[in-house]
Amino acid sequence: MKKIYASAAEALDGLLKDGMFIAAGGFGLCGIPELLLNAIRDAGTKDLTFASNNAGVDDFGIGILLQTKQVKKMMSSYVGENAEFMRQYLSGELELEFNPQGTLAERMRAGGAGIPGFYTKTGVGTVIAEGKEHKDFDGETYILERGIIADLSIIKAWKADETGNLIFRKTARNFNVPAGKCGKICVAEVEEIVPVGSLDPDMIHMPGIYVHRIIQGDHEKRIEQRTIREA
Amino acid sequence: MAWDRNQMAARAAQELQDGWYVNLGIGIPTLVSNYIPDGIEVTLQSENGMLGMGPFPTEDEIDPDLINAGKQTITELPQTAYFDSAESFAMIRGGKIAMAILGAMEVAENGDLANWMIPGKLVKGMGGAMDLVAGVGRVVVVMDHTNKHGVSKLLKECTLPLTGKGVVDRIITNLGVLDVVKGGLKVVELAPDVTQDQIESATEATLV
Repeated sequence: MKKIYASAAEALDGLLKDGMFIAAGGFGLCGIPELLLNAIRDAGTKDLTFASNNAGVDDFGIGILLQTKQVKKMMSSYVGENAEFMRQYLSGELELEFNPQGTLAERMRAGGAGIPGFYTKTGVGTVIAEGKEHKDFDGETYILERGIIADLSIIKAWKADETGNLIFRKTARNFNVPAGKCGKICVAEVEEIVPVGSLDPDMIHMPGIYVHRIIQGDHEKRIEQRTIREA
Repeated sequence: MAWDRNQMAARAAQELQDGWYVNLGIGIPTLVSNYIPDGIEVTLQSENGMLGMGPFPTEDEIDPDLINAGKQTITELPQTAYFDSAESFAMIRGGKIAMAILGAMEVAENGDLANWMIPGKLVKGMGGAMDLVAGVGRVVVVMDHTNKHGVSKLLKECTLPLTGKGVVDRIITNLGVLDVVKGGLKVVELAPDVTQDQIESATEATLV
């Protein structure tokens, strides 16, 4: 059982197919699987559907796959920082399914946990609720949202051990956990792969059972909004 | 004189209660953290996966793995806890967050809130706003009373796609503080030197 691969391209070998559905971790540009996204661009896989909270910026993150027209559809909660995204969406080239952020996260979590659907108050009375089953519980109205099962999950963590146990760092954990759990196969890129036994078993954020392939690499970790206070 | 952005934020900070966990939206709501009253301890939640949000970093403290929901670099505090997005919205949806302070494009007299989309114009998305307004204990909106053309943002009915239906409890504008009550909005406080006539003429919604 060898999970470690030499490069992002090798880790994705045999997994990519035109028209596939990929769940990607990250929030904005924080904690995105940047090496795997680059490898998908290089592979040229087309007509992709992405479940990802955001769509990157024009030249980083999922934005690079929009430039090359590899994305057919996005399932996201916020896409405000990407001019090419807006252009493709407003011209009808790109499908967009807005999901409230918590609904998207829970759809991923549920999908990975074998839960095909759940009821939530989020979005009741809005366009999000249109066409969805409504049901009252204890005098309140809820809508049915479906769990997501993706063909592939791509995520980014801080450290992995050789069996794929993962630790994330600060707010770079974000969607990486739910996105990582909802794929039929999950590829994780990390900053450091450490020997088995060197991570504290009580401090594992995501057990290796969810993680099938791992690569280690250098990350640019671009900052979207550099905001500082005076020292 | 009407309140400016900072004065609106300072007024919104008066809504905070000791021990509360709160979520602050982007824009003026973010400024609220500068005005937390002495003796009041609140924990700020950032829906990208953090409780106990600290101030913006100095140049030396900048960490690309540490941002808020507005994607700005921030810092942690000794009591900070990190978690994933599903956990973050579990605590929001589960009613653990006492209050959210949010910006808005429109608020209707029945508490409907629109703050995420202008059809055909601007496609950005709702982010976590729909989850927050559906899940938290209390929703306070902080916004200008009128748009840049002088048209009321407090309406009988929202014209834009809704973020939530009947979700707003209180609105703090540059002109004063209004509560959503049965039958319309009730002015509970006026900004200094703002008159009742002034706020009435700037408001389309029914005032009760």
